[in-house]
Amino acid sequence: MLVEILISLCLVISGIFGLVGSVGLIKLPDAMMRLHAPTKATTLGVGGALIASMLYFYFVVGRFSFHELMITLFLFLTAPITGHFIAKTHLHLGHKPEDLPPTGSERPWANYESDESRAAIETPESAVNEAARKSG
Amino acid sequence: MIGVALTFSIACFGLGLLLNIYRIVNAPTVGDRILALDTMVINAIALLALFGILEGTAVYFEASMIIAMTGFISTVSYTRYLLRGDIIE
Repeated sequence: MLVEILISLCLVISGIFGLVGSVGLIKLPDAMMRLHAPTKATTLGVGGALIASMLYFYFVVGRFSFHELMITLFLFLTAPITGHFIAKTHLHLGHKPEDLPPTGSERPWANYESDESRAAIETPESAVNEAARKSG
Repeated sequence: MIGVALTFSIACFGLGLLLNIYRIVNAPTVGDRILALDTMVINAIALLALFGILEGTAVYFEASMIIAMTGFISTVSYTRYLLRGDIIE
């Protein structure tokens, strides 16, 4: 009985948060705000459904399955990466470079930095080699 | 009780999928369209997990794992294409 209540609670929470994620995608006014809403569906929505499934298969059916943990782990690993890329796309397509706030360093925002200048800053070996070649 | 909660949850995720389709059809920017596709993949994974509970089999977890991987790769390729003009450089 207690397990049934727990499983039902997980299912209801997952349903509510999945719906909240999709409604937020429609309702929120700004592109960066809309990026925030579906993360709720990813973590609590799918997470709740998979926890409910694990509990159900262990306590009701009587066999332990760890596939759910793999899916949860995969989603938790990939959700920040996709969020980062979509935010970069919003930044790149929706804002001009002069509208963006200053970065606080000499380098520009990452999506407006050219490949050459990034390579010059981020690979110190080449800089060291060039200095050695010039002096020698 | 589990049956009622399961029906409620499946209805919520189905409604979420419909809202995502609406967002894909009229999206203000391209980034929103990609975000809606990504959310659609998430909702499909949750629906498959819930359908696995309904049917009582663990077959659907392999399917949802593959959908998760495909969704991740497709989202990254879309955004890479928009950011760099090329997917694999």
